[in-house]
Amino acid sequence: MRLTFRSAAAGLILATLTFGGAQMSHAADNPNPPADLKAFQKYFTDKFPKVKLEDFVNGPYSMDEGLYKQWKEKEEFPPYEFALDAGKELFNKPFKNGKSFADCFPNKGIGVRQNYPYFDEKQGKVVTLELAVNQCLESNGEKPFSYTKDDMASVTAYMAFTSRGKPFDIKIPNDPRALAAYENGKRYFYTRRGQLNFSCATCHVQSPGDHIRAEVLAPALGILNAMPIYRSEWGGMGTISRRFTSCNSQVRAVPLKPQDDEYRDLEYYLSYVSNGLPISGPGARP
Amino acid sequence: MASTIRVRATSSGDTTEVQALIQHPMDSGFVKNAAGALIPPHFIQQVTFEHGGKPVFVADWGPAVSKDPYVKFSFKGGKKGDELKISWVDNKGVSDSSTAKIQ
Amino acid sequence: MSNRMMRLATLSVLSALLVAGATSACAASTEADYKTAYAAADAANNEAGKLRNQWTTAVKALKEAKKAAEAGDFDKAVAESKKSEMLSKAAIFQTNEQKDAWKQMEIR
Repeated sequence: MRLTFRSAAAGLILATLTFGGAQMSHAADNPNPPADLKAFQKYFTDKFPKVKLEDFVNGPYSMDEGLYKQWKEKEEFPPYEFALDAGKELFNKPFKNGKSFADCFPNKGIGVRQNYPYFDEKQGKVVTLELAVNQCLESNGEKPFSYTKDDMASVTAYMAFTSRGKPFDIKIPNDPRALAAYENGKRYFYTRRGQLNFSCATCHVQSPGDHIRAEVLAPALGILNAMPIYRSEWGGMGTISRRFTSCNSQVRAVPLKPQDDEYRDLEYYLSYVSNGLPISGPGARP
Repeated sequence: MASTIRVRATSSGDTTEVQALIQHPMDSGFVKNAAGALIPPHFIQQVTFEHGGKPVFVADWGPAVSKDPYVKFSFKGGKKGDELKISWVDNKGVSDSSTAKIQ
Repeated sequence: MSNRMMRLATLSVLSALLVAGATSACAASTEADYKTAYAAADAANNEAGKLRNQWTTAVKALKEAKKAAEAGDFDKAVAESKKSEMLSKAAIFQTNEQKDAWKQMEIR
């Protein structure tokens, strides 16, 4: 046993060494979000010179011609329609105290998806749209939604729908805590975890457009613009929380709780580097 | 409760193309829930599309059809403005119907 | 001791040796072995949890160990505990190794 463990560990070290050797080591470590954003978007536009920047929000469909055709047809009659209707109904339904979601959000919650997540200086943490929805419910004495699907997916689907086409506009205020959250999200994105030793970037930076079994991997750039999504594989809608937790368990890492610090920070980072790309949610994915 | 049926029918020349999406769990009866108990079968058994009182498309479905099924077909003879009636009935006797105008 | 009992004793010693030879592990595990192994595995799993990087396979093996112990199969219970401990230790190693190594993957 001991021996196997050691050799597994040695394998890990070896893999890291080879990888480290192939890449150049980096000197400067000062956080610089605007530079990150530029490099991040350039990486993808260089890797896929034929794909227009705003088309990255269509995920795997922008990478594969056959899929693109299927998707165009699907979009004429999208599977998220039922969720959208349910979301609209939920969104407009008054709470027991007479207030509604519109009272919790700027511009009554219409066309604001592109501003989430934002750093809340009062709470001292990143507030995602899903968290804001539940905070709204709780502050009005209502029961919060489950984060992964159903009502949460429906409400965020409706909110995304009213914001379609608006470019992501995530801001990092001049607050060391906001920058720390951003850096923490970045670290989470690139850190390998789980028995399969994958990071988010392994699939969504190194291999977008490639197949993993029968599926085409989505590029990290613009991946959150299409959320929430109807996934045929799930047979239903899923939120960003669902996406993160299911990705974790797929690499055999025990998922954290939805909206834990790491996930909110990750969403903050990932949304920031997709700034400028339009909201396309709700989306449909195979 | 909103309708479980979404239909879009478009006429071009002498054919009418119909697309429909039906909201239904389509439980096969072989799937277990989180507690490990079998989810009882619950699926649509028949879908009917009628044009002018005459069925133009009838399908006998079973447990193998996926959740929230989607149908697409075309038929000859529809005109713009005609009414299309869609209905389904499942193994529990539940049913729903809806009408749509051909565009 | 009768002849017959003697033969039985020799046989059982022999078979124990055979088992030992085949698996290169000690003979039948006891509940105490299991408790030690399980405690070590549980501790490693908790440490991985504190590092926010538990492996699903380690958690699963831990459950299997408990199940085997409840069924009285202490050999399996010890084996599963050890497997779980090994996986959790690899998870801890991975976390520590990634503390800085993640930067190599970053797009700059």
